[in-house]
Amino acid sequence: MTREVLDCRRLLCPMPVIRVQDRVAGLQPGDELEVVCTDPGVLQDIPAWCRINGHRVTEMREARGEYILRLRVGEAE
Amino acid sequence: MIATPRKAVALVSGGLDSMLAVKVVQEQGVHVEGINFFTGFCVEGHTHAIRKKDRKKPKRNNALWVAEQLGIKLHIIDIVEEYKEVVFNPKYGYGANLNPCLDCKIFMVKKAKEWMEAHGFDFIITGEVVGQRPKSQRRDTLPVVQRDSGIGDRLLRPLCAKNLPPTLPEREGWVDRERLYDFSGRTRKPQIALARRFGIEDYAQPAGGCCFLTDAQYSAKLQDLWSARGAKEYEMDDIMLLKVGRHIRPAPEFKLIVSREEGEGNFLQGYRYRYPSLKTVSHAGPLALIDGTVDEAGLELAARIVARYSQGKSAPEVELEFRDAEGASRTLKVAPLPPHELKREWML
Ligand code: SF4
Repeated sequence: MTREVLDCRRLLCPMPVIRVQDRVAGLQPGDELEVVCTDPGVLQDIPAWCRINGHRVTEMREARGEYILRLRVGEAE
Repeated sequence: MIATPRKAVALVSGGLDSMLAVKVVQEQGVHVEGINFFTGFCVEGHTHAIRKKDRKKPKRNNALWVAEQLGIKLHIIDIVEEYKEVVFNPKYGYGANLNPCLDCKIFMVKKAKEWMEAHGFDFIITGEVVGQRPKSQRRDTLPVVQRDSGIGDRLLRPLCAKNLPPTLPEREGWVDRERLYDFSGRTRKPQIALARRFGIEDYAQPAGGCCFLTDAQYSAKLQDLWSARGAKEYEMDDIMLLKVGRHIRPAPEFKLIVSREEGEGNFLQGYRYRYPSLKTVSHAGPLALIDGTVDEAGLELAARIVARYSQGKSAPEVELEFRDAEGASRTLKVAPLPPHELKREWML
């Protein structure tokens, strides 16, 4: 099980979603990914993307204008 | 023996038509996944980062939302770089503005075809309707999309299939042609009725098209960018910034991007590491980026223009901070430009 960090600062939606999607494609179920963003749109878009694709957002927080989301990769079908 | 369900990939824009097209095919037992292309000009996404008033009501990404309603996976593909060629040299030309709709459709279907082949899917579906759009969805242009994209008869348009020759999925019996539709023309009534039948109440109804290239003002600004640079070119930052603020070109070598309200100011703030900028300090006022090159005289003019949009517009003197892209800053004191000196033709 790995834990990775993805820097999506200064990217505007939907780019952070695309980056997450591409990174998750290379991860295993149970792996964790922490995404750091500056576009508040990710607070809607990344959870929506996760719900659709069977992944889980385990944490969302805001710190100094940055939005940090932690995801757990779900089982592939 | 139970046949494995056929698989279709749907072009999902976030609007009602593609949503219905998916529903119609899903109802027939086909496995559908969605694909959504990000060109950089999409109305979806990022715009909610810009305007402050939108922040109170968070703007959803309609393509993701639609996928969730339909219970399908959505693959968002970044085509920003490759798409430039479509915008620069559309074989079939532009629509009313800089929208290369027909070439765009061909390109997207071609990319979807590559995805379909790479993922073992059987056909593509779109929400196109004959006669719906002046150029890209005419009876004579729909076959052009099939031919030029190379998809041929593996492209099914469930909402108007009955007006078109049977496609492979219909001939092979993967879908039942009788349960497809015969919509045509610009009326939205049949779509709305079908939505009701499916129990779909909430959906986005984009007015012009799915992207900023259909917008006259946006296109004028893009055209100006090309004229100023002497070539058709753009980077992601350029096309994002065309969506924000007042664009003022007082000289061929540079233009100003002036925030109109706090949300835009915050948004432009994020670009100060890439562009020289001006911000009023003696009075409340906008943040402006300078795109291009300025000499001292140009900078003074720029500062006077920015001052004119500050609360010190009637003051004899306004103080501004000029900061270059490296972060070095200095102070300027200027007289705000009187309204009659702000030329109309500067405003993009
Ligand atoms: S409106 Fe924009 S995205 Fe839609 S078909 Fe035309 S060029 Fe393509």
